[in-house]
Amino acid sequence: MTSAGNPAVSNTAARPNGGGRRLPLPWLGVVPFLLYVGLFLLLPTAIIAFGSFTTKQGSPTLNNIAGINQDFLVKAFVTSTTISVASALLGAIFGAMLAYAVATGNPRGVFRRIVTSMSGVLAQFGGVTLAFAFIATIGNVGIVTLFLQSHGIDIYANGAPLYQVSGLIVVYTYFQIPLMLLVFLPAVDGIRPQWREATESLGGSTWHYWRYVAGPLLAPAFLGCTLLLFANAFSAYATAAALITQGGIIVPLQISNLFTSETGRSQPGLAKALALAMILIVTIVVVLYTLLQRRTSRWLR
Amino acid sequence: MSRSRRIKLQVFRATIFILLGAFFLVPIGTMFEFSTRGNSVTSPRTMEAWAAIFREPDLMKAIGVSLELAVITSVGMLVLLLPTMVWVRLRLPQVHRIVEFLCLLPLTIPAIALVVGVAPLYHWIEINVTDSILILSFVYLIIVLPYSYRALDAGLSAIDIKTLSEAARSLGAGWGTVMFRVIVPNMSTALLNACLLSVAVVLGEFTFAQLLYFENLQVAISYVGLVSAGTSIAVSVASLIFAFMLLMILSFFGRPREREVRGEEMLPGTESRVLPLRNSFIGVPDK
Repeated sequence: MTSAGNPAVSNTAARPNGGGRRLPLPWLGVVPFLLYVGLFLLLPTAIIAFGSFTTKQGSPTLNNIAGINQDFLVKAFVTSTTISVASALLGAIFGAMLAYAVATGNPRGVFRRIVTSMSGVLAQFGGVTLAFAFIATIGNVGIVTLFLQSHGIDIYANGAPLYQVSGLIVVYTYFQIPLMLLVFLPAVDGIRPQWREATESLGGSTWHYWRYVAGPLLAPAFLGCTLLLFANAFSAYATAAALITQGGIIVPLQISNLFTSETGRSQPGLAKALALAMILIVTIVVVLYTLLQRRTSRWLR
Repeated sequence: MSRSRRIKLQVFRATIFILLGAFFLVPIGTMFEFSTRGNSVTSPRTMEAWAAIFREPDLMKAIGVSLELAVITSVGMLVLLLPTMVWVRLRLPQVHRIVEFLCLLPLTIPAIALVVGVAPLYHWIEINVTDSILILSFVYLIIVLPYSYRALDAGLSAIDIKTLSEAARSLGAGWGTVMFRVIVPNMSTALLNACLLSVAVVLGEFTFAQLLYFENLQVAISYVGLVSAGTSIAVSVASLIFAFMLLMILSFFGRPREREVRGEEMLPGTESRVLPLRNSFIGVPDK
């Protein structure tokens, strides 16, 4: 803080032009922003944190946190993690291959431009519209479903895959691959052809190159980006909500169920505890991602 | 590069592009197919589902409301964020980190979590002030912060606002003139980027609207979907095309100024115009 808050200091600061008095003025410039963010971002976060440890009446309790340890919620966390890990890995692997395919092409080519622009768009394509796109594709009267049925393959033989874990993984992968391309492409671009030539001139094979040169260099970036994809899938709600209207197989859907009082047993405390758990998990993952990105940017420069 | 390796590489690239191309284009194509389907598989193509969009008053209302929300949020974002960022750069560099941290913070708070904390505030506003759906823009302004901040930050980094504003001030310009006639015209691309990103985020937003019981575009689409899949898919396609256009404009025309100024700092071969999008869609709340 400045010395302005303390009259004793500002009186003795001996700044010209009454500088001590003028000091608070620059701070006034950021007050509207800080107030707004405080009111609509920090206060809600505090409400979540506070509400996780209090009852409806406001007395302190650990019941909300302990309440997470119920079978249906633990199961939701396991399912959420499974979907996030699977879609992050699929997205990371295919996204990385796509990034490599793009990076080995003409750096000024139209093709690269189309792929990167499309990825910018598709990485943000999610929610209700994405859900409907997949309903039109592999829903029960979706075109791919009908096509496969006419060829004797019934993907609905064992229930509706789109509305289960496997379906969510496929749908999530749709926005994970483009995100991977966007965040991983700079790392792939950072690979110099000279490194490959150096490997070859020392008698190394393609395997040696990937195992001892490019692999270890790209590993931190790859891991970091995979973490980011995990966080991305873990916090997704709208897509799942549009696909699955009954029950809550993943944590965001459970929060929604507990939060809305449609069933007449709304539990705001438990909903806040779950929200807090999600924030903690996503924050940890994003921090790890940032650290790994920093490590990557060291050799990228 | 040896001949056989070059062929292998080309085969690999072609396989990847075809496989992923199919994965990405088929669902979009099938939406078109689905929305033009007749009552049965054999009946002729029809635009009936598209025409039905205009016969759904709730849907039309939701489209209007979402556009209003997008405009209010963009304007609010500019009014709140731009003067703050300029001010911090000129007069308060010591709080730069704090402002940046606060702007990027919403990325680590999933929408579904934040809505739980925001609900009591909205409850209060609805009782004491107004229950208009437009109050959603309060929280939308928060969720667009990271994207707008990055876009505006890129624009501000590309111009020397300190010199510009000192020059203007020494010629007798007031802060208003500095803002509107010196800084804003010098970063028009960044402002456009920030607004387009905000519009795209707001038009795609579902979580807050649904859980706070407001009917915006995405919520209306999901309701229509319960009755008529064809119509809801037709609206989805329409809103998708609109968002695609916004973001395509953004990724094709973004940041020419910065490329001139910091061109040599760019990574070799990196598409600099994609950088404002890069990282900026982490945990987009509409997923």
